Amino acid sequence: MTETPTTHPSSPAGASPAPGADVPARRFAVPGRIAVSEQAAAVWQTATLTEIRRETPQTATFRLAVPDWAGHLPGQHLMLRLTAPDGYVAQRHYSIASAPDDSGHIELTLDHVPDGEVSGWFHTVARPGDTVELRGPLSGFFAWPGDRPALLLGAGSGIVPLMSMVRHHRRRGLTVPLRMLASARSPEELIYASELGAETTPLFTRSAPHGVPVGRMAAAHVAPLLAQQPPGGWEAYVCGSNGFAEHASRLLVAAGQPVDRIRIERFG
Amino acid sequence: MNVTRGFTGRPRVHNPGLPPGQYDAGADWPVLSAEVTPDLAPADWSFRIDGLVERPHTWDWDAAHALPASAYDGGIHCVTGWSKFGVRFGGVSLDAFFAVVRPQVSATHVLARSHTGYTANLPLADLTGGRAWIVWEYDGTPLPSEHGGPARLLVPHRYFWKSAKWIAGLTLLDHDEPGFWERNGYHERGNPWEEQRYSGD
Repeated sequence: MTETPTTHPSSPAGASPAPGADVPARRFAVPGRIAVSEQAAAVWQTATLTEIRRETPQTATFRLAVPDWAGHLPGQHLMLRLTAPDGYVAQRHYSIASAPDDSGHIELTLDHVPDGEVSGWFHTVARPGDTVELRGPLSGFFAWPGDRPALLLGAGSGIVPLMSMVRHHRRRGLTVPLRMLASARSPEELIYASELGAETTPLFTRSAPHGVPVGRMAAAHVAPLLAQQPPGGWEAYVCGSNGFAEHASRLLVAAGQPVDRIRIERFG
Repeated sequence: MNVTRGFTGRPRVHNPGLPPGQYDAGADWPVLSAEVTPDLAPADWSFRIDGLVERPHTWDWDAAHALPASAYDGGIHCVTGWSKFGVRFGGVSLDAFFAVVRPQVSATHVLARSHTGYTANLPLADLTGGRAWIVWEYDGTPLPSEHGGPARLLVPHRYFWKSAKWIAGLTLLDHDEPGFWERNGYHERGNPWEEQRYSGD
């Protein structure tokens, strides 16, 4: 499925009464952005860890060589699995941090989750040369092909898939507007801090450098961005914990962003 | 088998209720909806069944609650990998709704739709025989909005994306028609016991 700005659930062909005939008309849930390769999603591939970079005290970036990677769009995720000697398997979904390129590598940035069996392995056991298995890229819903103006709201490791969009925007020299609000507890915990540019407004919820306000994302951060709508309006991408996603999406709706142009990826 | 060096994983538990590739989320109940949680009051909620039925019908909150109460006690399974056990939902069996509308013999599939416009498709047979519900209670209290309240579809023997939140209606069809996630690369059927996560599984 490509670019289908659906406005309402399509009427099933052949069904006599229109669905929802006496249900109040509501906006259609946000349609997907791109066609998804069923073949890429179905096949498990072996990936080799080539590099580990610390980002913050709790997060690190893991670079993986994936020779048969089918390519992805910013915002997509993959499923990764680890296998124990007795055959026990643990699998998790992870957002892709790197922009699409032809390097044959992808990057994941993982939080070290307390007692996390997969993130714990990455943070305490993994070293270059290790292999893991993955399948993907998955889901066209949160993908950003770089076509529409993008307004990105992320918190904590929720900025990982958004960073793929920021990097893609830079790498391709795209001129379509892109802005990001990146929330972190403190400057030390802001992932990719040294890489963020004028497109990003960092927000700190626990501690901040002298003179920088501390506080939660608020209407005052969101409203000015919606007051300056680019032509065609923003496509909003929200990523983080469910608590953050609920809060940020409500701020967007309150500021006038249409609900059918808000895409949410919640961690959990 | 491609063993990961140094990976041992969580302590093994024998849980025959755990489908392949799933883990027990314990007390957690992650919220993964892709759209904005709607402000939908019970008074504004309605549920309609139409399409290939003898008598299309719409229930409002009170009319749905007048049907015989039914509960589900058991597990739920999310395609992202977590399962949750010991959940208790209260509502009405879909069989009670189907008894009112009377599906036509030609009806084979269902497209479920939410008040947000979200959709999910299922074979009709997956929704009958006491295996699917419209629920508005969780653990004896009103279902929270972020979990689909005031009322959601519950099909616990399929991956949980099939259990459409904020359920608005079912349309019975004589063919399969992909829903929201099914058009985004996810499996048509979504049987957790056969690990039908993505198209082609």
